[in-house]
Amino acid sequence: MITAIVALAILAVIFGLALGYAAVRFKVEGDPLVEKIDAILPQTQCGQCTYPGCRPYAEAIAKGEADINQCPPGGETTIIALADLLGRDPKPLNPEHGEEKAKRVAVIDEQVCIGCTLCIQACPVDAILGAAKQMHTVIEDECTGCDLCLPPCPVDCIDMVEIKSTTDTWTWDFPGNLPENLASLANRVNPAASNDDKTSSPLEETSSKKTGTEA
Amino acid sequence: MMRRLFNFSGGVRLREHKRESTVSPVTRAQIPEKIILPLHQHIGTPARPVVNVGDRVLKGQIIAKAGNNVSAPIHASTSGTITAIEDCAIPHPSGLPAPCIIIETDGRDEAVSHYGQSRDYHSLTAEQLRDEIKQAGIVGLGGAGFPSYLKLENKDHKITTLILNGVECEPYITCDQMLMRNHAIDIVNGLKIMQQALEIDHCIIAIENNKPKELELMQEAIYEAEADHIELVQVPTVYPAGGEKQLIQMLTGKEVPSQGLPMDIGIVCHNVGTAYAVTRAIEHNEPLISRYITVAGSVAKAKVLEVLIGTPVSHLIEECGGNRKTLSRVIMGGPMMGFALHDDEVPVVKTTNCILVNSVISDVPLPSRSNAAMPCIRCGACAEACPANLLPQQLYWYARAKDFDKVQDYNLFDCIECGCCDYVCPSQIPLVQYYRYAKSTIWQQEKEKVLSDISRQRHEFHNLRIEREKKEREQRHKQKRKAVAKTSSQDDKKAAIQAAMERVRKKRDQEHVQPKNIDDLTEQQRKLIEEVEARRKNKLEDL
Repeated sequence: MITAIVALAILAVIFGLALGYAAVRFKVEGDPLVEKIDAILPQTQCGQCTYPGCRPYAEAIAKGEADINQCPPGGETTIIALADLLGRDPKPLNPEHGEEKAKRVAVIDEQVCIGCTLCIQACPVDAILGAAKQMHTVIEDECTGCDLCLPPCPVDCIDMVEIKSTTDTWTWDFPGNLPENLASLANRVNPAASNDDKTSSPLEETSSKKTGTEA
Repeated sequence: MMRRLFNFSGGVRLREHKRESTVSPVTRAQIPEKIILPLHQHIGTPARPVVNVGDRVLKGQIIAKAGNNVSAPIHASTSGTITAIEDCAIPHPSGLPAPCIIIETDGRDEAVSHYGQSRDYHSLTAEQLRDEIKQAGIVGLGGAGFPSYLKLENKDHKITTLILNGVECEPYITCDQMLMRNHAIDIVNGLKIMQQALEIDHCIIAIENNKPKELELMQEAIYEAEADHIELVQVPTVYPAGGEKQLIQMLTGKEVPSQGLPMDIGIVCHNVGTAYAVTRAIEHNEPLISRYITVAGSVAKAKVLEVLIGTPVSHLIEECGGNRKTLSRVIMGGPMMGFALHDDEVPVVKTTNCILVNSVISDVPLPSRSNAAMPCIRCGACAEACPANLLPQQLYWYARAKDFDKVQDYNLFDCIECGCCDYVCPSQIPLVQYYRYAKSTIWQQEKEKVLSDISRQRHEFHNLRIEREKKEREQRHKQKRKAVAKTSSQDDKKAAIQAAMERVRKKRDQEHVQPKNIDDLTEQQRKLIEEVEARRKNKLEDL
């Protein structure tokens, strides 16, 4: 009887130690899914998704509270990547949160700036340099183009300037899908042709539909 | 000559169109009024200008030094005055401007004192040779523009074979052919110099079998240069036999590993034009300031010209009897791999081998042709034609769906953009355009990823800092409260209040001091200040 209790107690201690060690040794830092989602998001920290930054949005997606189409700076690329990661269907960007724009940086008109430091406090990545009653300036390389410094500025001296494409940042144009008339011709010849493009992104389809209705 | 040749899979046979530009002899193009030298003519970092606007420069003078790491310097192509260092249109598929040095030529063509002085290179070490080649601004003249000195370094003696590429398989392009016809001996000497720099003894020169005359001339040059160890090999006329990887496979039977370099299997490959430039640089002290360029297509006299680098394309077209006003399209490079220029005022650069004018030719696909694409019928002709053993159809579907992970799983980055799949496609789908789109977008996304990682770090630090500051403030308040609590007597409190009021008064007095910078304001500045004041007042009222 006693030996049994002692044996079980010893076993309990050994397993307890082993488990305790494993818990320390193989500890998972945070939720790996959140990390993965956060890695896809563009890190603009603009809050257009209604969450205060990219990480809170990533956490909300992981919990299922937020949809994957709320990030305008990331645009289509981010939505497709998120859909891929989470095994969902991609969907077009929710227009409530804004639309996809070309990348921009903030530029302070230094003649007008009064040195109030309000923009410095608003900047999520500390990309604005200055002190009280001193002129401020934006570190262009660090600016994410989030627009958050615009509303607090009392003298409206911050402009968002589109980043010009250079030969280093330029990308080839997407050659496009089939022209409208040809696609319809193909449909007439072979009605199945319209359904065979399973690999083409659903986003494109909706976007081409949109242009179709505009035309 | 008795080497056993292997085959690479795929490839296409094209009409050569080489006779038009090889009947007349090579002439030297006239010196243009303006030379435009882009700072980024090679792979790597751009060169840094070392001259100022207004300086007079001589032919062969360094005007831009090599940047960090992988880079090449740029030399003045002729004598003249620097009129500007600014953004200009350059030969790039985007048509975007990039920094250039512009020289207004004086027509005297005066050279720096050491230019053209012959010397003996045999005593130079491999290290010295490489340095000389670097200083001469030599880059791969076959088209890629990789700084040549980097491909002449034999780290740990891993490299055993040097291949000189004289295949020139793309239709219309004939500059290497004419170079071999005119300067066979210099090419062989260049190969010997490269061999000395690499410290190896196995060399092969490869020439396509549609150039028998050049083959004979090269054989004579090898005999003359007493370089019997150099193997001269004739390869079949298949496009793209001149592709580096395809040529290596054909000559040695070895395949360059996926996303690897020929160096990984102990081989380096240089163009015959590069070998010629090396001879000029090492034996004659002439940096790379000119090259052979084919001008073909709808011009009165298609031919190969020896052109100063930086000469505007329009100048060459006029020299060959082309009418600039009727031009609809100018392509830089060949019909298979070249790109359409946005502007015929752009200069030729070190890597330009051919200018194709107004080419309305039905038997070769042209870059950026009209969009007459029809749906893919999944015939598989592209896969049969692909010389890199890829699956062009799969790449097409995934590139079209913008599935960039999948497209990389199918080895997109092993595509050499030769255009064979494009050429055989019965639906005329611009396949290469899709691959170029996917490649450039993936590169861009990778760059953005790096930037977003930096943003994340900065945001995390920002949050940390806010948190820390909050804590510090609380700490300070606590300490102050403690201090106040200690001084419990009524008098002390009064004194403290008095002191605080004194401080406030002092501060207020200071604030009444007028700012120093509002004297001598211009009318406009005063107006701006008033506007700001008015806005502020409005805002206050709104509140």
